[in-house]
Amino acid sequence: MTTTPQDLHTDQTSLAPGAPRSGTTFLGLPTAPRGVGHLRGDRSFPEAARDALRDGQLRANLGHATSTIRAKRAKVVGEVPDWEQLRQAGKALKTATMARLDELLVQLEEQVTARGGTVHWARDADEANAIVTRLVQATGADEVVKVKSMATQEIGLNEALEDAGITAHETDLAELIVQLGDDAPSHILVPAIHKNRAEIREIFLRTMPQFQGPDADRELPDEPRRLAMAARTHLRERFLRARVAISGANFAVAETGTLAVVESEGNGRMCLTLPQTLITVMGIEKLVPTWRDLEVFLQLLPRSSTGERMNPYTSMWTGVTPGDGPQEFHLVLLDNGRTAVLADEVGREALHCIRCSACLNVCPVYERTGGHSYGSVYPGPIGAVLSPQLTGVEDNASLPYASSLCGACYDACPVAIDIPSILVHLRAEHVEAQERTTPEAATFRALATAMSHPWLWRLTQRAAGLGRFLARGKPTMPPVLPPPASSWTRSRDLPTPPRETFTQAWAREHGGRS
Amino acid sequence: MTTAREEVLGRIRTALGEHRPEVVVPRDYRTTDDRPAEQLLDVLVDRLEDYKASVLRCGPEQIGATVAAALDTGLGAGWDPGSVVVAPGVPTGWRPDGAREDDGRPAVELAAFAATLTGIAVAIGETGTLVLDGGPLSGRRAISLLPDCLVCVVEAGQVVGGVPEALPRLDPNAPLTMVSGPSATSDIELQRVEGVHGPRTLVVVLVA
Repeated sequence: MTTTPQDLHTDQTSLAPGAPRSGTTFLGLPTAPRGVGHLRGDRSFPEAARDALRDGQLRANLGHATSTIRAKRAKVVGEVPDWEQLRQAGKALKTATMARLDELLVQLEEQVTARGGTVHWARDADEANAIVTRLVQATGADEVVKVKSMATQEIGLNEALEDAGITAHETDLAELIVQLGDDAPSHILVPAIHKNRAEIREIFLRTMPQFQGPDADRELPDEPRRLAMAARTHLRERFLRARVAISGANFAVAETGTLAVVESEGNGRMCLTLPQTLITVMGIEKLVPTWRDLEVFLQLLPRSSTGERMNPYTSMWTGVTPGDGPQEFHLVLLDNGRTAVLADEVGREALHCIRCSACLNVCPVYERTGGHSYGSVYPGPIGAVLSPQLTGVEDNASLPYASSLCGACYDACPVAIDIPSILVHLRAEHVEAQERTTPEAATFRALATAMSHPWLWRLTQRAAGLGRFLARGKPTMPPVLPPPASSWTRSRDLPTPPRETFTQAWAREHGGRS
Repeated sequence: MTTAREEVLGRIRTALGEHRPEVVVPRDYRTTDDRPAEQLLDVLVDRLEDYKASVLRCGPEQIGATVAAALDTGLGAGWDPGSVVVAPGVPTGWRPDGAREDDGRPAVELAAFAATLTGIAVAIGETGTLVLDGGPLSGRRAISLLPDCLVCVVEAGQVVGGVPEALPRLDPNAPLTMVSGPSATSDIELQRVEGVHGPRTLVVVLVA
């Protein structure tokens, strides 16, 4: 790839002095601000994807990983006879949550507060970063341990903490690989999916203190087991000395104030159990109304994400428990464009996402381009509908087109989000927002004129027939047509026009009667 | 000045408008499991072994001896009973002689123990899950986390079929940990590897 990891980390949307930092929707609801966090790429999807497609190693790594996880998921989903009923229940629960989101958030706040926690509200990434930074500073700590969290990736929390002189240690194995490699995450569940074992070994040997110095034992085979053990050694001491942990949340139960983190390695448990202070940053859409509702999501999520009947560890806590775990608990509720998504009656379904990443693993586009091409921490099909809505579609205008609309994502989604329909909806929104005439719009306008005048249509067809000369007998037109036609033929086969059009054939066979 | 709280709640009300959909949640998925209890135990054992946990089955009279055998499995023969920490509510008959009861020392000091013995609150057969609830039998969360070997005693009456049967038995306000096998990761090429930060060895003593 020609971009450096730093480029991918940096939101380079340039800001003119005095320009608004975030856009607004038609109801006046602000989208996620520019200049902070990781929701926007510095290049369009097609540009970034073109480089990714040339990277043979990346394609091999992704092909191997996604086919492995697809097979595992299919097996464990296949053994659940009521999967479809669970899916529909999950969808309905999320729809019900969104319809009463304000009441449920207030209920959650009451419950968390009653159990000794403190609730903070953040309008956007900047405000959330400032709240967390202030909370960490209040403890006097200059480092924190982190549980893998999409919300804190989204808002660029690690960079904000670094600016304040606080070191954030990522503790999930894949996040650690990404952090040590000075790289960017490329998958919701497995952020280092684009790296293979040999590349991971190289990163560990280069960066982990245990392998440095003249006396270090640099013997490290590239077996996943040995690499995982190196990570265990690397993080063990950091866990034991940490005073502050930062997590996200998979679910929050409004009725009881309970938060849940679903994980595998035990790094989550370390962070949620050992430090004195726990700060959880959660998007406002992560709620479920009642304790009972977890019976649906705790079945849907593990089978869809890691392809396991249950993930190794799920931690659930409510406020503070004396004598067990952190004695200070802060919950930061994050908007950052979510209310703008909620205002769109079609698009709001994207807020139902439980971040399982099943849609990434089945997507033919993701499998080939990888996650970095999407430019946002939310890649793949769900990212293509979520990122443009969080930022306003003009800031991620190429993402709604980063799909063949094949529908595999919809089939795989455990809460049945109709991603293809939202993609089409966002494309329409993008087209309608264009102030200047695009080549595509001009083409379709000309086509409309031609199709409403029979003589002009016949003329057009005859003119198109000239394309046969360019095709030189091949069934498709050459991919290197001049612009603007190239923007179509670059990534799609344009069939060679037939020798004879349908109307010509009809006239020949039926003697001119139409 | 409007607070962030008022503003976010106001935005939600603006976004949703006047007409909010009434949503009926269909609950036609399975909420009970009618399989005989003996069969549920077999399913639990199958799932646990699939996660690379070890399972030893015994009758109510042999719990103490089976716990000792479980520690042999986890630590190798000749283990030091002083290196085993026990949740405070674990019955005396289950404990190896010389094992230490959790005395509430700072959590990080528990890392010095080689193994932990606890009971559980609920076990879920279909998913191979043990739920620890922070009560006297399960102990505080750190004791089932830091020592590298975890031995859990599961009694037949604690085993349910699926997730919907387990949640009503739990107190949402308790610090809950659902454990399904030893700690694991799939972060390298999506190949599952057992044993990262949590206990690398899980041995279950199933009493029926």
